[in-house]
Amino acid sequence: MPEFGSFSLLLALILTAYNLVIGGLALWGGSASGLRITRRPEAVWNRLGETARRAGIASFVALCCAAFALVWAAFTNDFSVEYIRSHSNIALNPAYKFAALWSGQEGSLLLWAFLLSAYGFVLRVRHRVDVRLSAFASVILSGIQVFFVLLLCVGAPPFSIAPGPVAVDGAGLNPLLQYPEMVMHPPLLYLGYVGFSVPFAFALGALMMRYPGEKWIHITRRWTMVTWLFLTVGIFMGAHWAYSVLGWGGYWGWDPVENASLMPWLTGTAFLHSVMMQEKRGMMKNWNVWLIFSTFLLTILGTLLTRSGAVASVHAFAQSAIGAWFYTFIVIAFAVCLFTFLLQRDHLKSENKLESLVSRESSFLFNNLILLVACFTVLWGTLFPVLSEYVQGSKVTVGAPFYNRVNIPIGLFLLFLTGIGPLLAWRSTSLRSIRRNFILPSVAMAATAIALLVGGLRPWNDGDDMQSTLFSLVAFTLAAGVITAIVEEFLRGAKVVHTQTGKNLLSSIVLLVRRNTRRYGGYIIHFGIVVMFIGIAGGAFNQAREMEMSTGSSLDIGAYHLVSTGMTQDSKAEYDTSYAVLNVYRNGKYVTQLAPEKRIYFAGTDHEQASTIVALHSTAQSDLYTVFEGTNPDTGLPIIKAFLNPLIAWIWIGVAIVVLGTFIALAPNLVRTIVRQRQEDLVPAGAAALGAPGVLAKVPHA
Amino acid sequence: MRKLVQPWRGKQFWRGPVFWARTVQTALLCIVTVAMLGAGQSRFDHLGHELMCSCSCGQILLECNHVGCPDSARMIDELRAQVATGNSDTQIQQWFVTKYGATVLAAPMRGGFDNAAWIVPIAVFLLATVGTFVVVWLWKRRALSIAGAAPGFGGELPAGQDPQDAVLRERIRRETEY
Repeated sequence: MPEFGSFSLLLALILTAYNLVIGGLALWGGSASGLRITRRPEAVWNRLGETARRAGIASFVALCCAAFALVWAAFTNDFSVEYIRSHSNIALNPAYKFAALWSGQEGSLLLWAFLLSAYGFVLRVRHRVDVRLSAFASVILSGIQVFFVLLLCVGAPPFSIAPGPVAVDGAGLNPLLQYPEMVMHPPLLYLGYVGFSVPFAFALGALMMRYPGEKWIHITRRWTMVTWLFLTVGIFMGAHWAYSVLGWGGYWGWDPVENASLMPWLTGTAFLHSVMMQEKRGMMKNWNVWLIFSTFLLTILGTLLTRSGAVASVHAFAQSAIGAWFYTFIVIAFAVCLFTFLLQRDHLKSENKLESLVSRESSFLFNNLILLVACFTVLWGTLFPVLSEYVQGSKVTVGAPFYNRVNIPIGLFLLFLTGIGPLLAWRSTSLRSIRRNFILPSVAMAATAIALLVGGLRPWNDGDDMQSTLFSLVAFTLAAGVITAIVEEFLRGAKVVHTQTGKNLLSSIVLLVRRNTRRYGGYIIHFGIVVMFIGIAGGAFNQAREMEMSTGSSLDIGAYHLVSTGMTQDSKAEYDTSYAVLNVYRNGKYVTQLAPEKRIYFAGTDHEQASTIVALHSTAQSDLYTVFEGTNPDTGLPIIKAFLNPLIAWIWIGVAIVVLGTFIALAPNLVRTIVRQRQEDLVPAGAAALGAPGVLAKVPHA
Repeated sequence: MRKLVQPWRGKQFWRGPVFWARTVQTALLCIVTVAMLGAGQSRFDHLGHELMCSCSCGQILLECNHVGCPDSARMIDELRAQVATGNSDTQIQQWFVTKYGATVLAAPMRGGFDNAAWIVPIAVFLLATVGTFVVVWLWKRRALSIAGAAPGFGGELPAGQDPQDAVLRERIRRETEY
């Protein structure tokens, strides 16, 4: 199998290189024959281009085979392969054997190349959307793919043979990765990272060929949204994994690898917003092109930073020798972007200028500004240790205190803009409109602030944690305003639909959403983000207690009363486990039993590895989070750490709402279909009555 | 009897520079108060969250949860002892830096070049905000000057255009906005 895998990789490299070179040549030839530079007719170049497209499709098949070979080697315990020997073992659960594909450096790079080819496959199969633009995008994607496949063939081969005799068993998978979410988190994150290559390729291709109009944005809108969704879910699944497995009571540690995933998410979010200005008003073309270029480059830069060992990370694959490859690639990619931009910048002239500071456009502009400042802060914090070492000769740590202090105010400002942006009209907003749209949210904010202050959330009384309480108060207040604004938008629209159709409120809302999925899907996403902010703001009230608990002893935290009923030990094929059993009471009533575990993995490893299994009782109000930290060697008693984390569940609920909103935004509009039928069936002259309720259909939506 | 002067009763006061100066003063005072009050955190907890565990786990000292971590218990005891001596936060941090190196601080806090870590993001934010305002203002001015020069703009419709069409266009624009 390793031979088959290596051969598949080589074949993929040849096919991808063919796609790049011959595809590029065909595009040049097509343009040249149009300009009568070459004598060969355009049809010849088109046929050549078609062979390149098919080679691109075939490269996907070759990479499928390579990925299959690695998974097969894991399932068949082929420890002659160094990668499998290092990341799997005989007793490993089959799901985690499958996850071995991305649990190490070489495998994760293979996953990257495989996903890139899968995206390329879809693009090449759907090339009829716009044949020439797709051909450009295909060639650019193959350029990226050549890098990754070459890296796999030379720099980080996943099928290299282990030296010496074949091992009887492998070293096994890192115990921390043996968790269901780790089967999902990396592929989703990679789908997000890699997916941004597609809008990047379209943007660069459109710029290279001086693509007229904004159709490339329509073509890539779904690609970008799906990619953004994958990245969002991937990031939060990683956060949930950290929360459930690492046992420190938090979900985000501002590690460079986490930062690397957040940076393209921030610029990608900015792109999704500002691209609307280009679609609607032909503005911000330069900005949008650079936003998507930056998003792509940040995915590569993040990988470079975390895999080259340039910055220290707790993630296992952070130290390796492939940094030079990424440095070279990022320089080439940036040079290509810059050169194309300089060559074609006259094609990116804005059709309109911003007319008012109080408009949807300016809110998008400020939203972009805040997202980019947040991205810069994260990048700056990630790179500062390197910079400090260069300037001062000593490394420093840039950890959570830095990011929390700098990014929380930025996040709150972003939350504020999330609320006001959709309430402003395009071009300019009248004073009357501002008054009408902002009264209710302002009242809601004032009422919430007063209610919270009266209810006891008074920062000036909270000497221990005054700043975080203040930030939470501001976050809750802003959240109330934003939610009111969103609800108001839905109700206002539903009222119009109700007037037009006579349907009840709920049906009117459903119809409203189906008529303009993009707009109302967007509002639902915003609502999800606000819910997540509420969950994050709850972090200001976290409590923690640690105690050695003998049988019958109790620990109080918040309204919870935990009683220890003893400690139990068990032995499994891969690990020995010890767990404390805790009965949980709330206000004197029995609630549940929690059993936090400490596992010692030994199967197939030279040394034992400890892993924490957190026991959690989650409600909408708070999470009771218990960790078995081990036993005191002197007393033999279990040490239990209990956390009470308010509103954490809101973060995961918020993510679910964001997913729902994105699906809605991706769905096609209902109105266009209905009205097209109506126009065809009822209005033979083509003079559709603009005054009819179906006036929306006159302007097609993306 | 002489009437008491109540400047806030007059319309002039609300619009005048004194009102705005006092508003800004109050806002600044609030911000400074907030910042000062933040310093009143429980010192052990506060300092423990600004130091890293030195066992290379990359975790905050008070959040390090490794079984048998060789460093965190000792470092926590050292922190308790340092807080008990009555030394200032800076002195305690310096003590840890001397013993464990600069990476023991969870954020750059030694002064000098470390200040750049804090100043640069704020400077970028301020510059970007001011820059955006300036750009928007320039665009707006240019748009207005073009509008002033263009015939039929600003209420008048080009010749031959039906006013009803304009109303309908406006409606389409409004209804299709997202």
